[in-house]
Amino acid sequence: MGPMPRMDRKKMGWLLLALLLLLTGCGKREEPVTGGHAPYVEDAATGKGEYIVVGFSQIGSESDWRIGSTESFRSTFTAENGYYLIYDDAQQKQENQLKAVRNFILQKVDYIIVDPIVETGWDAVLKEAKDAGIPVILADRSVKVEDEELYTCWVGSSFEQEGRSAGEWLREYLKKQGREDEEIRIVTLQGTLGSTAQIGRTEGFGKVLEQEKNWVMLDQQSGDFTQAKGQEVMEEFLKNYDRIDVVVCENDNMAFGAIEAIKKADKTCGPDGEIIILSFDAGRAALETLLDKDINAVFECNPKLGPLVSEIIRKLERGESVEKIQYVEEVYFDSTMDLEQIIEERTY
Amino acid sequence: MNKLKKITGKPLFLPIFCMLLVMAVNIVYDVSSGNFAFNFFTISVRNGVLYGRLIDILNRGSEVTILAIGMTLVVSASAGTDISVGSVMSLAASFCCMLLAGYGVSAANDLAVPLIVGVLGAILMGCICGAFNGFLVAYLNVQPMVATLILFSAARAIGLLLCNNLIVYVRNESFQFFGGYLGFLPTPIVIAAVCIAIVGILLKKTALGLYIQSVGINKRASRIAGLNSARIIFLCYLVCGLAAGIAGLVASSRISSADSNNIGLNYELDAILAVALGGNSLGGGKFNLAGSIIGAYTIQAISITLYALGVSTEQAPVYKAIIVILIVTIQAPPFKAWIKRMNAKRALEKGGAAA
Repeated sequence: MGPMPRMDRKKMGWLLLALLLLLTGCGKREEPVTGGHAPYVEDAATGKGEYIVVGFSQIGSESDWRIGSTESFRSTFTAENGYYLIYDDAQQKQENQLKAVRNFILQKVDYIIVDPIVETGWDAVLKEAKDAGIPVILADRSVKVEDEELYTCWVGSSFEQEGRSAGEWLREYLKKQGREDEEIRIVTLQGTLGSTAQIGRTEGFGKVLEQEKNWVMLDQQSGDFTQAKGQEVMEEFLKNYDRIDVVVCENDNMAFGAIEAIKKADKTCGPDGEIIILSFDAGRAALETLLDKDINAVFECNPKLGPLVSEIIRKLERGESVEKIQYVEEVYFDSTMDLEQIIEERTY
Repeated sequence: MNKLKKITGKPLFLPIFCMLLVMAVNIVYDVSSGNFAFNFFTISVRNGVLYGRLIDILNRGSEVTILAIGMTLVVSASAGTDISVGSVMSLAASFCCMLLAGYGVSAANDLAVPLIVGVLGAILMGCICGAFNGFLVAYLNVQPMVATLILFSAARAIGLLLCNNLIVYVRNESFQFFGGYLGFLPTPIVIAAVCIAIVGILLKKTALGLYIQSVGINKRASRIAGLNSARIIFLCYLVCGLAAGIAGLVASSRISSADSNNIGLNYELDAILAVALGGNSLGGGKFNLAGSIIGAYTIQAISITLYALGVSTEQAPVYKAIIVILIVTIQAPPFKAWIKRMNAKRALEKGGAAA
């Protein structure tokens, strides 16, 4: 190859510069994530005897819910409470989580908490933890392993219970309005089909639906847990069905979309409107919408798993046995409550 | 007969025909289910604004239409596609909402900066991304697919970074305007119409359209003929980025938030599909902007039709694929040639019988 033509060399320079910029950009991004726990590692290794050392592998920080969950663990496992927390953000990758758990084992932590991204592929690393004698507590999502004894227990939400509470709330609400014998026409905006939350909430609500003879489920469509899709599907429901009494939205975002669609169609919703809206998750934004009287009730999906996990660890410390499956306490909110106070205290 | 031939011979005949065919399905469905035959096409005024499925098609198809304008130019000039438009949409939306809400704020009712700053920010971000792609393709001769792959994967992440990994809500009436209503018309329709008009006039009144086609057909020959080929390609990518910025603004205004992970998801595919459905060759060169626009609305018409037929949203892509295959087949040159042969054969038989 002969010498590079002048022009090409210039171009090459630009390309290199662009690449350099890109690389430095990447470096900056990684820093706060991975750089954070290097000093913790040493502390854990030297062993601060009076503290209970806990390693926590979180999925990432993709939603308000997740951030609320991280916050809950961070504020529970503090030095004042007698804990030493090693936090690891897996950035949505299972391999990072496996690495994190192995690190925890090497650092000889007392307990490992994992919120597993996917259900499979955990046998080997959980076995390693068990062999090292470190109890593993699963939070939020669960795992599928051949030997259930590989982990100590699972803590999380009962989506089915959430769905059932929604149905029961609706029954009470209709009774109060004297509509218990009327035909009630319901549509559901489902979450991403096949997700745990979608299956549980649909099933839970379905159980109440079965008991109520005069409730009619007109249609169920997936809105993919997003506002835009929820709105699109709701617009179509409104065109296909002349009268809709209840919209069950399997998360807050789809509820926001549904409200937009309903307003566009010149209909009203909420406690003072013609359409009853039920939503799940109960993030701060949904509570504010509840305060604006656009939603009738929201059913919490509690991200505050920290205190319950802490309770379990205390029990294990005392040598007591714990239940394999533990549900976190979840509540609901409707417009009869003192919402301003609740919103004030809401962190997510 | 001759008149019919003249109409069917027009380049836009097939795209329009396909769109009408999709809509005709609804008439059949409405009649068979005992509704008013033109139920699908009814437009009424509710709440002081236009309401109906046709309006939905125009309204919801706006983003893809705006993207299709830019994509058509890019395809024509560089014989490649810009696969980053969906991600750039999301980045522009995130940047806009970040400016309007302030950095690190997850929900704002009041704007942190005047609305125009956010709007210009979104458009500027689109232009920067477009210029980046254009620079790589036009001046560094990187293959379009590879060059735009960079922002395809990076833009969403940058958007998340700008928004501090949050979904930023901007609950302000003035911001909701772009996804809301201008008088009785949905604003996205107006924005799409303005974009079409500006680019259409630009292509018609200046020689730009001709230059783009010429560069697309033969880049080197065009340069020898005195055209600055690289600059024209750069310009096309810039316009494509600009279009993505505008589309991102509309999409985020619709949901009054910047949902980085979902805004514009898979829109690049719809935009490319729109260009193809419009009867344009993805191999570059000659192009027909009107065709792409009709293609974009056809895609939305298919989606809305499937909703109206009650097909579940999870299964809809399968039916969409089948319809797309049919449309593309109808427009494929071998199929057209076959129809022509059949016609000629029939004419010959007729002639033979007469003799």
